[in-house]
Amino acid sequence: MDKKELIEKLKVIIKPFTTNTEAFNNLTEETDFIKDLNINSANLVDIVLDIEENFDIVIDNADMERMLDVKTAVEIIETKLAAK
Amino acid sequence: MKKRVVITGLGVAAPNGVGIPAFTHAIQNGLSGIRHDKQLEELQFSCQIAGQPQITDDLKAAYFTELELRGFNSTGILYGVIAGIEAWNNSGLAINEDPDWDSGCIFGAGTSGIDKFRESIYKIDDLQTRRLGSTVVAQTMNSGISAYLGGKIGLGNQVTTNSSACTTGTEAVLMAYDRIQSGQAKRILAGSTSDSGPYIWGGFDALRVCSSQFNDHPEKGSRPMSASAAGFVPGSGAGAFVIEDLESALERSATIYGEILGGNCNSGGQRNSGTMTAPNSTAVQRCIQKAVENAGIDPNQIDAVNGHLTATTKDSLEIENWTKALGRSGSDFPYINSLKSLTGHCLSASGSIECVASVLQLYEGFLFGNLNCSDLHPEIAALIDPSKVLQQTIKSNPKIIAKASFGFGDVNACVILKKYND
Repeated sequence: MDKKELIEKLKVIIKPFTTNTEAFNNLTEETDFIKDLNINSANLVDIVLDIEENFDIVIDNADMERMLDVKTAVEIIETKLAAK
Repeated sequence: MKKRVVITGLGVAAPNGVGIPAFTHAIQNGLSGIRHDKQLEELQFSCQIAGQPQITDDLKAAYFTELELRGFNSTGILYGVIAGIEAWNNSGLAINEDPDWDSGCIFGAGTSGIDKFRESIYKIDDLQTRRLGSTVVAQTMNSGISAYLGGKIGLGNQVTTNSSACTTGTEAVLMAYDRIQSGQAKRILAGSTSDSGPYIWGGFDALRVCSSQFNDHPEKGSRPMSASAAGFVPGSGAGAFVIEDLESALERSATIYGEILGGNCNSGGQRNSGTMTAPNSTAVQRCIQKAVENAGIDPNQIDAVNGHLTATTKDSLEIENWTKALGRSGSDFPYINSLKSLTGHCLSASGSIECVASVLQLYEGFLFGNLNCSDLHPEIAALIDPSKVLQQTIKSNPKIIAKASFGFGDVNACVILKKYND
């Protein structure tokens, strides 16, 4: 799975939780989940669960804590997929 | 001088009608909300009929965002939000951009999200705690309903949930009344809600206090005051009010549905005849008397009583308590009705749904008829004139209605409601 494909998949997961449509439509690797997309911090838990399910990986608490933007999320998912 | 307190908004999610227009139509026309319940049958309950508000997916989507409905499994919050938001919209008040410091919420519940709680327990025992998702706490904390409503509307005054078994709803109305009367808030969104389903109702089925002889005739199952009453039909739903300082209501030219003259809450202390499950009659009578006194009226001014009257063997005792408390009996007794014949016993929601029905009677000018008590219990017929137990809805113009609710823990609440006229 290339990075572009991965981000597209991630966007589908994030969409229901975001309240800022404009920022979502212009999403880049630099986009911050809370600051830019106005995602409620409690919902990051749900996003992690959806990522785990969609990519069939397990994300530990330490990784989850730093998963605050698209870039880090992609990096963590790529690492987990490579280790499979 | 004490502030006058009025009702400027109404909302309801009842087994026989969701929304004020549907509910008004149902109570005026004797439409029952009691249906056969397949799940209760499968679980081999002795009572296999129940009262549950009928909520469509479209209606859900009108009150909750798609995100809120992800993993949502709390009927109590569902009913409470529908009723609460209806009352708020109905009062003509806006959804606030910033916290409205003068408006609060006192919305009672017996439990919250019991189905969500069950779902979570299974996951936890299956070592899946980390997969519970983010909303288990919000859905299962008892104050879930007031938290949801406070957030949706932007309420900045006290936001809380009270709980006192089947008196919860009536108590919430009185707590709101107290807070407004003492000047601590201008408006309170008050009410109560109850979850649906076997995990709420099972304990009552186990106590053998539910109606089990009418599983094939659901609409005949709830029979308050009748000789053939043999237990209550479990129900659920929510009732809601915007309760407001009269000055504030007049200032914004709000529709006024009724005035709260006063009331009383007490407990029999589970002493004398009172126990966890049975009322101390001295306390019941005292609660009614103190409510009348607090309202500053004479008992003879009461035009109608909306009783607790669940359809158990205690109905006659309740009537006896009313006759003693009011000093009125026979043909001098006011008209009396019980909403439970149409909805079942909505438990922690019963007080608020029944208060909504009482206020509608004052505002619309009618008294609804009781279903299923053409065979009035002889003990009741010996206390009050049978014509006072309405078999059919009548057009009437009641000025003052007394409404009482009683609950496990030997707790009582009575509110005196008046048709509003300046």
